[in-house]
Amino acid sequence: MDELIIAGEKFSSRLIMGTGGAPSLDVLDQALAASGTELTTVAMRRLDPAARGSVLDVLRRRGIKVLPNTAGCFTAGDAVLTARLAREALGTNWVKLEVIADERTLLPDPIETFDAAERLVADGFVVLPYIGDDPALARRLEQAGCAAVMPLGAPIGSGLGIRNPHSIELIVEAASVPVILDAGIGTASDAALAMELGCDAVLLATAVTRARRPELMAAAMKAAVAAGRMARQAGRIPRRRYAEASSPTTP
Amino acid sequence: MIVMINGAAHEVADGTTVGQAVRALTAATTGVAVAVNDEVVTRSAWETTTLSDSDRVEVLTAVQGG
Repeated sequence: MDELIIAGEKFSSRLIMGTGGAPSLDVLDQALAASGTELTTVAMRRLDPAARGSVLDVLRRRGIKVLPNTAGCFTAGDAVLTARLAREALGTNWVKLEVIADERTLLPDPIETFDAAERLVADGFVVLPYIGDDPALARRLEQAGCAAVMPLGAPIGSGLGIRNPHSIELIVEAASVPVILDAGIGTASDAALAMELGCDAVLLATAVTRARRPELMAAAMKAAVAAGRMARQAGRIPRRRYAEASSPTTP
Repeated sequence: MIVMINGAAHEVADGTTVGQAVRALTAATTGVAVAVNDEVVTRSAWETTTLSDSDRVEVLTAVQGG
């Protein structure tokens, strides 16, 4: 079995779904089922007494493990408090650590992220930090005790794919914790590429939830992640400058 | 006294507990977490933790995201 192992926990799916952007809980439910995901992110927000139905009910019904994130936090202090609230509300010490630098790019702030990661690891959390495609920072976060690293392919929700495949490869080469490509996936080929580059898993939300047919795109992503993983394990042929005949050259 | 619950001012009796403040918003007891003045109050302490004037109570739950 080719399982993804994070902090000793095994997953047979290498596609991690987010829940953001779905037009309804029904659409989300169908998309999650089609994706085959076993681990799914949620955000923590002020309780709205008027809200009907909960994303938690959907995840519980599907038997999907919940991964709270710290989306919306701008400082390490905010992120640490949000992680502690998530642990209290959801009974999990896992957290997708996300500390953003500004609203326009939603790019992760490396200084605040590292600070929060150290504090959360010390507090017993399983920390999965969302970071830029920075091999040096990825290495430092692994040394700090993070359970995985989650470099972006492109800004959140941009659908621009993997803008710097070389950096992702460098992160993969150096890492001994799982590398999860997070953010920027636009379509199935982006997810396949992430796996071909050697990532251990892909996290995506918008590409599915805002697709014209979310359930169908979720199935496409599932297949793409599986195909990319197999291609990585099979080993791609070297790129050549000129043709190399695959049929015998003499009749 | 006045306390802020999720950003809105509420007039409450002296001695009001965190548990009572939560129940002003929701009957749910699972999937919810509370911070008072940026410190988590664990569920087991809801009924024994009393609020003070001007306390900031945040009641959070999981929503779609990420």
